[in-house]
Amino acid sequence: MWTSILIAVVVLLALAVVFGGLLGFAAERFRVEGNPLVDQIDSLLPQTQCGQCGYPGCRPYAESIANGGPINKCPPGGETTIKALADLLDVEPEPLDAEHGVEQAKRVAVIREDECIGCTKCIQACPVDAILGAAKHMHTVIESECTGCDLCVEPCPVDCIDMVTLEPDIRSWTWTPPTSGVIATDRQGAGV
Amino acid sequence: MTQLWSFPGGIHPAENKHISTARPIAGAGLPELLVLPLQQHIGEPAEPCVDIGERVLKGQKIADVTGGMGVPVHAPTSGTIESISLQPVPHPSGMSDLCITLRPDGQDQWTALRPIDNYRDLDRETILDLIRDAGISGMGGAGFPTNIKLRPPKDRKVDTLILNGAECEPYITADDMSMRERADEILAGLRIMAWILRPERCVIAIEDNKPEAIAAIRKAAEGTQTEVTVIPTRYPSGGEKQLIQILTGMEVPSGGIPADIGVMCQNVGTAMAVSAAIFRGEPLISRVTTVTGQAVTNPGNFDVLIGTPIEYLLTRAGLDNGALHRLVLGGPMMGYTLETPAVPVVKTTNCVIAATAEELPDPAPEQPCIRCGACAEACPMELLPQQLFWYSRAGELDKAEHLNLFDCIECGICSYVCPSAIPLVQYYRAAKGEIRVQQAEQLKADRARERFEARQARLEREQQEKEQRRKERAKAAAEAQAKKQAEAEEAEKSEARGKPANDRAARAAQVQEALARKKAKTREPATVDSKNAEQPASEPAPGLEALEKQLSQATAKLNTMQSMLDDAKAENADNVEKLERAVSKNHDRVKRAEEALAEARRSVESAEAHTTDS
Repeated sequence: MWTSILIAVVVLLALAVVFGGLLGFAAERFRVEGNPLVDQIDSLLPQTQCGQCGYPGCRPYAESIANGGPINKCPPGGETTIKALADLLDVEPEPLDAEHGVEQAKRVAVIREDECIGCTKCIQACPVDAILGAAKHMHTVIESECTGCDLCVEPCPVDCIDMVTLEPDIRSWTWTPPTSGVIATDRQGAGV
Repeated sequence: MTQLWSFPGGIHPAENKHISTARPIAGAGLPELLVLPLQQHIGEPAEPCVDIGERVLKGQKIADVTGGMGVPVHAPTSGTIESISLQPVPHPSGMSDLCITLRPDGQDQWTALRPIDNYRDLDRETILDLIRDAGISGMGGAGFPTNIKLRPPKDRKVDTLILNGAECEPYITADDMSMRERADEILAGLRIMAWILRPERCVIAIEDNKPEAIAAIRKAAEGTQTEVTVIPTRYPSGGEKQLIQILTGMEVPSGGIPADIGVMCQNVGTAMAVSAAIFRGEPLISRVTTVTGQAVTNPGNFDVLIGTPIEYLLTRAGLDNGALHRLVLGGPMMGYTLETPAVPVVKTTNCVIAATAEELPDPAPEQPCIRCGACAEACPMELLPQQLFWYSRAGELDKAEHLNLFDCIECGICSYVCPSAIPLVQYYRAAKGEIRVQQAEQLKADRARERFEARQARLEREQQEKEQRRKERAKAAAEAQAKKQAEAEEAEKSEARGKPANDRAARAAQVQEALARKKAKTREPATVDSKNAEQPASEPAPGLEALEKQLSQATAKLNTMQSMLDDAKAENADNVEKLERAVSKNHDRVKRAEEALAEARRSVESAEAHTTDS
């Protein structure tokens, strides 16, 4: 009887050692650099790099979320981003934290070029290098690269930067879903 | 008789083609103004290459695409350029786009044309360039630049060239009438395209409800190797993917192009345009458009100059404004309602339907889906319209995409057969649009991330370089110091030990002094700062804080600006004027902020007084 117990213990011990070794090897061999969750979260954030969340850029905010921080601090992403983050992290979506700002339509910065004195302050402030210019020469915003983060407005000494809301044009237009939610009899009643 | 296959689903809506086939194609004449949208094709919009007020000749290039995919726009007649401005264009959004407006001078004077008699002597690339320069884009509907379509990927060999004369959508007869009257031209265009592509098989497919067109094309194709194939009438047999399935039995892979299975489809109208471009040297400046419907007294096909307002065309066809209920551009299945008839005919405008209320009544109110499955049975792409509908409506776009939403050809059959009158296609179009917007945003976000990271890396590198330089300088300074010291020591040693102690003491005193100065300097601004910081903090009312912040910001800005101005003045820089303007503006701002603050303070005080009173 003792021998069978001994055999069982030895076999289990041997298995534990073998699998432990395997797992240990795999952990070393297939080590993942960095936190993959941060990358996933970062890819859901709008990348405006505006700092409205209180972190210096989208990636630091993603890191804070990965460490269990709140997911409702990103006004540029708004509802959609919160929903996507909630889906990814399997938590309940929360309403946007108004402390960090409100969701706004997409905007871009526009420099009133004849008022620009060429101080390069906005160039230093732009997180995505979307402003072009040189000292004492007119600056301009590369519209397609501007994320609308607002960061260039404050440093401008002559206040020549406007944030312009992007109006939908014929190329950005898409079909809208049919207006539903009204039952047939209601609509007929409304038509009369 | 060649073997024919079939495609799944499909319907037989009322054809109503007889309305517009009673008379031959007529010229539409010259309207007072021609409006030429700069984007009539898929790709980048063209850029104007003429000035306002310039006189242009018929067929002269007036706009071209310089970078990216696209084809040029030509003047349809001689005249002067009246304006380059935003005008309403035929688009489901009803929005405006940049257009060139041309006022015809009535002389219809051609620019110099370069017709080519024997295209076979030329290079294929040259012919493709000529087709591009003639401004030809697909005339069946989508408007894909023809020269690009005729240049399939290098690893794909097109062995079947199909000329699409099916024209399966109700009402439209533009291709039908063109085939009846201009069969030779169509065959000539087909021959050019066949010469470019070198296919093994060349087929013209026509639905069996067009006997006159079949006869005319058969006659023109006699003695050539071109097959004229008659296919059974069933909507949407003229859809590219469906027609390929009928003729070859092969399906275009999801997300692929016909060239992937060695097939290419071209429209009858495109063949005509190619023939005109090569043999007559004429660019695409006119097209055959059907004007039909019960609300016009003289329906039929017109040879219309591109840019002709649809309003004008309707007048030519005898529009009865009282009877008009809905104006549809394109066919009744895939077209869209025009908000205004003041839009021009473009390269892809094949049909205008002026319908009465009985003819095209308003859609019935949408009712709940009863899961009858009629849409799934009729869908020619074998999709699951019901599921797509649920997911599109609920915004579960990834699931809709997973069910091949993007394979939907938007033929409108599901909406047509739906007993609950659900506008299914509109749901799909909206979902597709939303997905495309999201994709574009994702792309932009990725680029922003890349730029942000590149910038961070650059800043870090610069910082490191700075640090490196600083260290090097420090090292050099230390070395120099050591050298000096060594020299001094050397000198000391050589000299008699007289007054060195005295000297060293004096130097130490100097250093002490400098340190004290430095300390005082750093303390001074710090105290000022703390004063500033204390002031708003001690303020009781929270509403005032924002105003105060504003004021202090404005003052700070003013100060920096003033100092910049002073510098600029000292240097006599050329931006003094700008700075002065900015300073004066900021003065106003500071004053405003001060006033607002005073106002707010007063109101707070009065409120406080009020509360103490009560």
